[in-house]
Amino acid sequence: MTEQNMKMFSIWFWVGLVLGIYGLIITGAGVYYIFNPETKTVLGHYNPSLWWGLIMLVFSFIFLAITGFGKNKV
Amino acid sequence: MATITLEFIDWLVIILYFVTIIGIGLYLKKFSNTGDDFFLAGRRNNSWVAGLAFLSANLGALEILGWTGGTVKYGMFVAHFYWIGAIPAMLFLALYMMPFYYSSKIHSIPGYLLLRFDEKNRRLNAASFAIMTILMSGINLYLMAIVFHIVLGWNMHISIWVSAAAVAAYITLGGLLSAILTEIVQFFLIWFGLFLVAVLGIIEVGGIDNLLNSLPDSMSALWSTASDHSANGMGVTWAGIILGLGWVLSFGYWTTDFLIVQRAFSAKDIHAARNTPIIASFFKMILPIIVVGAGLVAWKLQQSGQITFLEKNGHIWYDSALPMLIARYYPAGLVGLGITALLAGFMAGQAGNVSAFNTVWTYDLYRSIFKKDATDEHLVRVGRITTIVGIFLSILTAYWAMAFESIMDYIQAIFTWVNAPLFATMLLAMFWRRTTSAGAFWGLLTGMVTSFSLFLILKFGQINIPALGFLYDEAGKYDMSNNLWRAWWAWLVTLVLTFVISLVTTPKPESELVGLVKGLTPKLDMSDVPWFRKPVFWAAVAMVCVISLNIYFW
Repeated sequence: MTEQNMKMFSIWFWVGLVLGIYGLIITGAGVYYIFNPETKTVLGHYNPSLWWGLIMLVFSFIFLAITGFGKNKV
Repeated sequence: MATITLEFIDWLVIILYFVTIIGIGLYLKKFSNTGDDFFLAGRRNNSWVAGLAFLSANLGALEILGWTGGTVKYGMFVAHFYWIGAIPAMLFLALYMMPFYYSSKIHSIPGYLLLRFDEKNRRLNAASFAIMTILMSGINLYLMAIVFHIVLGWNMHISIWVSAAAVAAYITLGGLLSAILTEIVQFFLIWFGLFLVAVLGIIEVGGIDNLLNSLPDSMSALWSTASDHSANGMGVTWAGIILGLGWVLSFGYWTTDFLIVQRAFSAKDIHAARNTPIIASFFKMILPIIVVGAGLVAWKLQQSGQITFLEKNGHIWYDSALPMLIARYYPAGLVGLGITALLAGFMAGQAGNVSAFNTVWTYDLYRSIFKKDATDEHLVRVGRITTIVGIFLSILTAYWAMAFESIMDYIQAIFTWVNAPLFATMLLAMFWRRTTSAGAFWGLLTGMVTSFSLFLILKFGQINIPALGFLYDEAGKYDMSNNLWRAWWAWLVTLVLTFVISLVTTPKPESELVGLVKGLTPKLDMSDVPWFRKPVFWAAVAMVCVISLNIYFW
């Protein structure tokens, strides 16, 4: 295979990967705040980390699924 | 003075971002060997990738931070920069200008001027554009450093050098392809990192209707306060908005700024290239949710004494509005994400400018002046070296921006010097075959000099010239109003002069203008494309949406 026709990971794979990693970290923080409620921020009682992290994980899954979890290269 | 404290988890998020972008640069190096790969991302992108990159090139942290601060200062009028000041121009680019750009297989906008006119037109535009990109890249660096210094207490020099080194690494490795892919990652990071600020802000103030109803008309109205310049914070009337922003600045920026248009050149074919700005227009339209929403929330909270903006040089620093909201709403972890979104935005803004600078320098100045017979391999090597040089120059220009109270005033001022006159040149070049090389050159040069002179007179001269009372809504009082009107006059001077000189000089033979001018370019065959996939259909949908938004927020 020459360099010209090499296939690479689609951009959506990278987006899904980044959102997935960050989603896990943010959701993890949200789970921590369930047991140790966050009081420094104005709306901390809503635990935005938990639901925002979960939303990121959903989007991560969608982007990774589009690329066949990295199998469909372009 | 640090107002946000970072925990371990925040640092983890930030460091992961640096690892990711350098990793993407390393991964892409093997795909960026030819000139087309390095400078045009191999012309392999579909319209979604090119469309998001197109918008991302515009959507740096400058945009987000600057216009959130701008909203605190100017109110709802900032939405004009997203709607009338962007969408019509993006659609015009897609429908009418892209066929000339894309089919001529140019690497840059100066490259078009070479084909359409001659070498001196190309060099004039290339030189002015190169200076502009370095100024813009510098302001990205400066603002990033000042934000992180004031908000986080980081050392300014370390902020500048670390981020400059990271950008240098991934652009040198992967060229435009690397810039584009990281811009798209940044696009999502900005949405996921900052959208939540607006959501939480709107929750705190009791919803959008509650927010708008609690604001004075000068802050909440889009058009109803535009008949009198003293009734709105921007100090401009509807005439300035339509002529200066909606026509000249907007069309000048979105249709001739190579940094933006270069993303569409990376599309895999002409259809994908035409769809690129149309797809981007829908995302552009909804960005005020973050920017204007967060800005209005910040204004309301400041009025009620719930937040205090930071100060810079003894003045209220409007651009600190977004970091103040992050500090108010984001717990540890999300703070890291918000800071990463800003970092990513600054770096992508810098990367976009540097990648455009290296293309224009390498193709339009270096090859044109110093080495006409350069091989592809040689040009890629020059492009990589130029990246490093461009970043050093950006560091040098970073401190010049300190004189401006609001960064968007500074940025719009730069656009009035370069983009506004160029739009007149491009309009005549593409749509009037009689336009001559001499007309274009002297018209463009005079337009740029006019714009810059008007800027200097008001900025430093403090001279009360009666004519300026006619030129501006209220001379010297409002930076943004001055920008809009200066753009209009610079454009008009360029247009009239180019037109008059063209009438008395000899145009190129029509045989040399095929594919470059309307009327001499074969029409695209769209007969086999169903109506719901045609660019004109989606452009019409975008126009209906933007008109509806204007009526709703009237």
